[in-house]
Amino acid sequence: MLVYEQNALSEEIENLVKKYGNDRPALLEILQDIQRKHKYISDFAQQEVARLMNIHPVEVNSVISFYSFLHSHPQGRNIVRLCRTIMCEHAGKEKVEQAIERELGISFGQTTKDNRITLEYTNCLGMCDMGPAMIVNDRVYTHLDPERAVNILNEIK
Amino acid sequence: MELVIEEKIKRTGPVIFSEYQAGEGIRKALSINRQDVLFELKASGLKGRGGAGFPTATKWMLSAAAVADKKFIVCNADEGEPGTFKDRVLLLEYPKLIFDGMVVGGYTIGAKTGIVYLRGEYEFMLEHLESCLEKMRNENLLGKNILGKEGFDFDIKIRFGSGAYVCGEETALIESLEGHRGEPRNRPPYPVNTGYLGYPTVVNNVETLAAIPHIITKGGEWFKQHGTDKSTGSKLFSVSGDCEKPGVYELPWGTKISELLELVGAANTKAVQVGGASGICLPQSQFDRVLAYEDAATGGSIMIFNEKRSMLKVLKNFMEFFVEESCGQCTPCRVGNIKLLEGVERIEKGNYTFAYINTLKELGKTMQVASKCGLGQSSPNSFISILENFKEEIFHTNGNGGYDGKAK
Ligand SMILES: Cc1cc2nc3c(=O)[nH]c(=O)nc-3n(C[C@H](O)[C@H](O)[C@H](O)COP(=O)(O)O)c2cc1C
Ligand code: SF4
Repeated sequence: MLVYEQNALSEEIENLVKKYGNDRPALLEILQDIQRKHKYISDFAQQEVARLMNIHPVEVNSVISFYSFLHSHPQGRNIVRLCRTIMCEHAGKEKVEQAIERELGISFGQTTKDNRITLEYTNCLGMCDMGPAMIVNDRVYTHLDPERAVNILNEIK
Repeated sequence: MELVIEEKIKRTGPVIFSEYQAGEGIRKALSINRQDVLFELKASGLKGRGGAGFPTATKWMLSAAAVADKKFIVCNADEGEPGTFKDRVLLLEYPKLIFDGMVVGGYTIGAKTGIVYLRGEYEFMLEHLESCLEKMRNENLLGKNILGKEGFDFDIKIRFGSGAYVCGEETALIESLEGHRGEPRNRPPYPVNTGYLGYPTVVNNVETLAAIPHIITKGGEWFKQHGTDKSTGSKLFSVSGDCEKPGVYELPWGTKISELLELVGAANTKAVQVGGASGICLPQSQFDRVLAYEDAATGGSIMIFNEKRSMLKVLKNFMEFFVEESCGQCTPCRVGNIKLLEGVERIEKGNYTFAYINTLKELGKTMQVASKCGLGQSSPNSFISILENFKEEIFHTNGNGGYDGKAK
């Protein structure tokens, strides 16, 4: 990471600590904000959070590793999470999944070469009456069919 | 937000979906004393709607009696149980009921802060919920000296989960709120005494809180008219799967499964999974059982499978879910769920013995008693009930786990 990028990130984290405080309960909120913006929490970001909150970096890492929506490795600009719980599966998730993989030329668990999309599975999204469902970043899409799912993904930048 | 639009249907129901004026419950509660609120609650017989079914009045009384400088009311909106989505509907369409319930709770137990722990998957609701809270602040239904009640200050904030099912367990939820890994704690101590940051904390499900304003305004006796003796009131059921009209239904406790199936237009139903992946799977012969705490208990998840579905595949999906979501803190659950999943995979391949299956069932029973939290205690339910209730299909048809071994 370039020095000016590091400085920008440090400043950003300082502002988050100002916003949420440096008590332990703020840790998850701070990590969630970093995740939201950067799609992952880099080693450097983890160290900065630890320093500013006065806890060991290992603590920060152990929290990140627990939650499936927090990442410590780079992801694509958009994270797509397809529900794989039983009701979505029965509603036709597999066809949607195959169409997405074919269209993007990658499998679930991978990121497109242009870094545009990371594909992930997720457990029950709470949309069981409207499956198949997926989340793109924080937006939920329901009643997917292969064509609609692919169109949605083709439109995101 | 496509979802909000999609869900703008007029809902009706005996309790939760009955008429209610925003703020009415708070007004009524503030006009009577705390003891009277607790009295109504006790009279109603309301039990927790999050799955465990603990009497709400008792929970509130314990934390009201606790002496501390701070107390908290937490709304458990982590809704992660497969097949459950009724809290989504409440949060999107009836947030006023939930928030009013939290304010009444704050008044009753003496808390100044309410926290909604919203699952990360529901982040799209944030703007909508925040605008409801802002409106309540403008109307002095939140904030200082609420509705002129001297010394009653209360506000609500929203915090997010980050994709961990186990964080719906109340002590894991508290750990998560405190900025830790969401690993369940040993109980006791219970959150009502030692909860968020060590202070007395009431954790209630979204639907439990949404029932409160109705009970306060219409009375505990009115509430009790619905349901059965042991399961008073009504319940929201999240119905999904093989039926014509999936969705959220409010029905009195005591409704028969067969009645529900008819209502939602389910045909050729082979199995009904009651209570989500942690619940039990019932065959046709048990469809006359009733939905109630004392019979087929559920936090509201009803998943319907018709005769085309492979029950082994269903079970496999559930076991994969538990293997992934186990927090790994205790051995029975961490290792046990992996073993049960392996068992399912071996049945799928036809590579098993009955002795081995029986050992796994025994393992399941051990997990039910030896696991630290409800996740590991209930994850074997599906395994045991599906292998027992659908053994014809799974073992007898051709002995390798499903229709011609080609599970659909
Ligand atoms: C693994 C696990 C997940 C749970 N998930 C939820 C949940 O998403 N929502 C909920 O209200 N309760 C959930 N519970 C139950 C809570 O621990 C707790 O009993 C409940 O929030 C209490 O509220 P109530 O008395 O109003 O039902 C879960 C329990 C376990 C063991
Ligand atoms: S039962 Fe499972 S989820 Fe619960 S504490 Fe043990 S390992 Fe964690």
